[in-house]
Amino acid sequence: MNAASLLEFARGPALWFSLTVLLAGSLWRIAGILRLGARPDLSVPRRTGWLAGALHGIVVRMVPHPAMRRATGLAAWNGYAYHIGLAVIVFAYLPHIEFIKRLTGLRWPALPEPVVFLFVGLTFLSLFVALLMRLNDPVRRLLSGFDDYFSWCVVVLPLFTGMGLLDQSYAAGPASAVPLNPLPVAIHLLSVELLFAWLPFGKLAHAFLVFASRGITGAALARKGASL
Amino acid sequence: MTSPGPARAADARVAAREFVAQAGRDAAFQLEACVHCGQCAEACHFHIVSGDPRLTPVYKLQPMLKAYQREAAPFSTLKKALGLAPRELTTQELGEWSELLYDSCNLCGRCTLACPMGIDIAGLVRRAREAMTVGGFAPADLYKVAQVALDTGSPIGVRWPALRRQIELQEQETGLKVPVDAEGAEYMIVLSSMEIMGFPEVIGALARIFRQAGATWTIPSAGFEATNIGVQMGSREVAAALVQRIVDAAGRLKVKCVVSPECGHAYSALRWEGPNLLGRRYGFEVVQITELLDRFVREGRLRLRGKDARRLTFHDPCQLVRRGGLGEPPHRLMREVSANLAEMSDAGAANFCCGGGGGVSAIHRAEPLRFAAFALKKQQIEATAAQAVVTACANCRNVLEEAIEHEGMTLPVLGLTELVAQYLDPA
Repeated sequence: MNAASLLEFARGPALWFSLTVLLAGSLWRIAGILRLGARPDLSVPRRTGWLAGALHGIVVRMVPHPAMRRATGLAAWNGYAYHIGLAVIVFAYLPHIEFIKRLTGLRWPALPEPVVFLFVGLTFLSLFVALLMRLNDPVRRLLSGFDDYFSWCVVVLPLFTGMGLLDQSYAAGPASAVPLNPLPVAIHLLSVELLFAWLPFGKLAHAFLVFASRGITGAALARKGASL
Repeated sequence: MTSPGPARAADARVAAREFVAQAGRDAAFQLEACVHCGQCAEACHFHIVSGDPRLTPVYKLQPMLKAYQREAAPFSTLKKALGLAPRELTTQELGEWSELLYDSCNLCGRCTLACPMGIDIAGLVRRAREAMTVGGFAPADLYKVAQVALDTGSPIGVRWPALRRQIELQEQETGLKVPVDAEGAEYMIVLSSMEIMGFPEVIGALARIFRQAGATWTIPSAGFEATNIGVQMGSREVAAALVQRIVDAAGRLKVKCVVSPECGHAYSALRWEGPNLLGRRYGFEVVQITELLDRFVREGRLRLRGKDARRLTFHDPCQLVRRGGLGEPPHRLMREVSANLAEMSDAGAANFCCGGGGGVSAIHRAEPLRFAAFALKKQQIEATAAQAVVTACANCRNVLEEAIEHEGMTLPVLGLTELVAQYLDPA
């Protein structure tokens, strides 16, 4: 298999396979939890409006509880840094917007390249800080397992492989043409596809589970008149 | 016949089955959402004072997580087939985890506030304890207390004659009649054994409060115990049996409202867990005493005169304030009766636990860790320069008094109900 055919594979079967695994795996994981069922709470609620409680829980815990900010400082700020950084890289970098447009038909304006590259640097730095904290802090080291380290690698890999493309000029439009150097593009795409395929099975699924978790607690506390 | 513990020796397989049974939809979403960030550790007083990573709140859930991941989680069948599922739980492992799930957790829920994923870690520990208890891994002290509660109605063996004697003494003290088994009363008061034996003045305080409020009330001669060791140890059978006694008393006396006393977990057991334990809604309202006092004051049924001039601070009982939705009433009452109120740092929902909640004060082997954890509460109290601490939970009060004595401090700990009664307008 030469570089061009590897790129064809990455753009075709591998992409669709990974997206199918992402979608089906996520749905399977959610359905597998939903099937466990829940008993209705028979206590008389102090407050009704579970949806408002759930939404409050989801929104309010986007920032640390005021009493916890002192203690969770660096971990919390670093968490913001790589989440925002990843969001900027994925959703505000022109080649990625074009990639999403080809898949969904949706597009939006991109940020200037130097701004995105600044975020790439910050995200790298932040992810390495996260890894160092996981390796050095006794609590995080104790809690961590294969999923934590593999998921870290799966997130960092597309950043690394993407770096290999920075010297290539990018022209927006259809992706039918083979780029001047197809191998780095193929490797980058395959690394992203690995991320897609892994996401439903490990901790990266917190991308969607966080809403359920915060919502459930928010709703449960709200019916008692308490809050997250 | 309800029994607090297993008839056989500790059995990890029985516990594992119950861990899985406890991992319903809501619990499963939360178990799956953890990103192992460790931020819950920074919220837990036991971890903060010890520095022991094993006392990280979410780590305490490892057995439940493993059992769930092995048997019930999505992809568990596939993982088992590939040999990737967690190993079966062992008796030794659960024996070790008994200290993590009991001695070093007050179910206080401060970790729940810290979790960026919004995981109700305290709620999950409460569920995990069900498995530990049925499997025979709860501390022996708690099985004994549960047995005493089932046999006598009280966790420390307080029977009706003892309560009757305390009522008689309070009637002599206040010159007021304390209604017993008064059918058709508006309010039925239940008490904790700790109040009955340690702080009986609360009975006289209640007599004065209800007289001024002009409300009819009663204490039942059977079903008067409010505390619920079943909720603390994690035995829904014991918990349901104890709640049922209060429900029976309320039904027998045809009361409109049952008043939960100054006890955090008693309120949680009766108000929030009770209907679910019994599988039906009550035919009466449940109200916590600080909630009722606040209501009476705001309705003008209780008139207060004067305020305590000492520098006072209020310790928030976790199950009332953080977990029970009663954040405002006790603090409003404190402002009514205190001229010099100094709130602690993190007062309200984020306050530190006394260290004895969730059954920990009943576990003898947990005493050194409990006293160590008091260091944070001590810092909070000392920062206020308070001359007395007020709280609204008899267990907190007792635990604080013990720890204060252990530290060689001299600081009175007062009950909020008694303080309110002290400042009733006699006119």
